[in-house]
Amino acid sequence: MTEYETIIGLEIHTHLKTKSKMFCACSTEFGQPPNSNICPVCTGQPGALPVLNKEAVSLAIRCGLALNCTINKKSVFARKNYFYPDLPKAYQISQFDLPITQAGFVQLPLPDGTEKRVGITRAHLEEDAGKLVHQGAEGIEGATASHVDFNRSSVPLLEIVSEPDLRSAEEARAYLDKIKSILQYAEVSEANMEEGKLRCDANVSIRPVGQKEFGVKVEIKNMNSFRAVERAIKIEVERQKQVLAAGQKVVQETRSYDEAAGRTVSMRGKEESHDYRYFPEPDLLPLLIDDAWVAQVKQDLPELAEQRVKRYQEAYGISAYDARVLTLDKAVADFFDAAARLYGGDKKTIVNWLTTDVLGYLKNENLELGQTKLTPPQLVEMLGLIDNQTISGKIAKDLLVKILQTGASAQKLVEQGGLRQITDEGELQKIIQEILAAHPKQLEQYRSGKTALKGYFVGETMRRTKGQASPPLVNQLLDRLLA
Amino acid sequence: MAINIADARHVADLARLDLTEQELATYTEQLNQILDYAQELEQVNTDKVEPTYHSVAAGTALREDKAVDFPNQAGILRNGPEVSGTSFVVPRIL
Ligand SMILES: [Zn+2]
Repeated sequence: MTEYETIIGLEIHTHLKTKSKMFCACSTEFGQPPNSNICPVCTGQPGALPVLNKEAVSLAIRCGLALNCTINKKSVFARKNYFYPDLPKAYQISQFDLPITQAGFVQLPLPDGTEKRVGITRAHLEEDAGKLVHQGAEGIEGATASHVDFNRSSVPLLEIVSEPDLRSAEEARAYLDKIKSILQYAEVSEANMEEGKLRCDANVSIRPVGQKEFGVKVEIKNMNSFRAVERAIKIEVERQKQVLAAGQKVVQETRSYDEAAGRTVSMRGKEESHDYRYFPEPDLLPLLIDDAWVAQVKQDLPELAEQRVKRYQEAYGISAYDARVLTLDKAVADFFDAAARLYGGDKKTIVNWLTTDVLGYLKNENLELGQTKLTPPQLVEMLGLIDNQTISGKIAKDLLVKILQTGASAQKLVEQGGLRQITDEGELQKIIQEILAAHPKQLEQYRSGKTALKGYFVGETMRRTKGQASPPLVNQLLDRLLA
Repeated sequence: MAINIADARHVADLARLDLTEQELATYTEQLNQILDYAQELEQVNTDKVEPTYHSVAAGTALREDKAVDFPNQAGILRNGPEVSGTSFVVPRIL
């Protein structure tokens, strides 16, 4: 059977964090009643003229810098023409042959510890379209009518186009994670897919291993989460392999990802139309950016992820790997910074709890840190209880889950739940003596040389005390009583 | 490069124009005249000329990022052929 190589390029659309829209003064606030943020410009009334938002340009420059792109001194807006009810002017103002930034790259950390460089073809400014709510059916298929809300119309977007450098669905996912992280650190966008502030289309093709030319590429749309992007690409690659295995040819087309059915469906003859007849937007003069503007943006640039990785390594002696795990999600890194300021002990303790327990919990529950109730003071309070031996590390693990879920204080949970660590020697000695008396056979085996059975007695003691016994004390007492 | 009837029909379709055969023939001819004229310009050597994107040689105007409500949103809604609540309603798309 022929071995195939997968080729993926991603087009990521991100909202830019501005107060007003790209070409008019309407608010960009999310979640407002339909058509409460509209004006003649963003609804395409005759005679209305666009005026460019300076902050949108600054944010695009900032993003370009974070993506290692060159910033073009002169860029040009163009009309992308197509008919759709969410597009009131029947064209989208975008950029075509002269984008604001181009030719950048990002470094992806791979699971094997190496890095992969992924090229950024360009990142250009454009306006968003309105939102459609279909009536009489779940989706557009079978709908009897559609409701149009122009609140999102003309909200500034940056479209980030990657080179076809990605070779697997997993790499595509890692790239998405990285771009999201960059956007959050640069404070360019909240970059959440749930609110539609980050959207992603994928160009996918396969070719026999060793072949130089690319295969026919298929564009996949309608992926609503990072997980969906990964799955959709895997499914599409399998489909293309089957098409080729059956002796047929892959057709260049746009396909829609159907999450429920776990397949991609051809959109031919539906929303697809690639004949956009771009031409320079006559209502806008070229965008000119001088060195002083770029220098100003550079100066205002917040601390980026890589800088934070370096800072963590230098200030706290954290490994590069841990620092990267900690900084991937800016919310987690910000949490760490806040906790580190409050905690008097070794900061590596916070790193361990965050990277293993907290991130593990988030992954299992498919949650973001912001969706839990845990705050930096609460984590630090819990670490303090471990440090002063009020609770054992084992108890703390259970406690942490409760705090993540309910936001209760560790101190209160300990008092209510009787979770206080048993550090009283006399009390613990009594319990251990009882356990030894109850297991004469194991005791005899131990005394006849099977010393590994000590672990058995430790386990029994922890079980009897519901994990509340102080492990060092248990060990110490057992050594004495078993001697 | 000459335009034929099929090209003209394709362009008309993209613009959602429903043209008669007679109209298509007329516009095919007119489009070709426009292209012929552009071809005349191609005889000039423009290697060292920067492309012109706009007839005015200046940079675009910029506005500060301040949100201001438009006072007559109801008026915009009234421009729609059909409205439900504060949403425009369009006939089925597919
Ligand atoms: Zn507006």
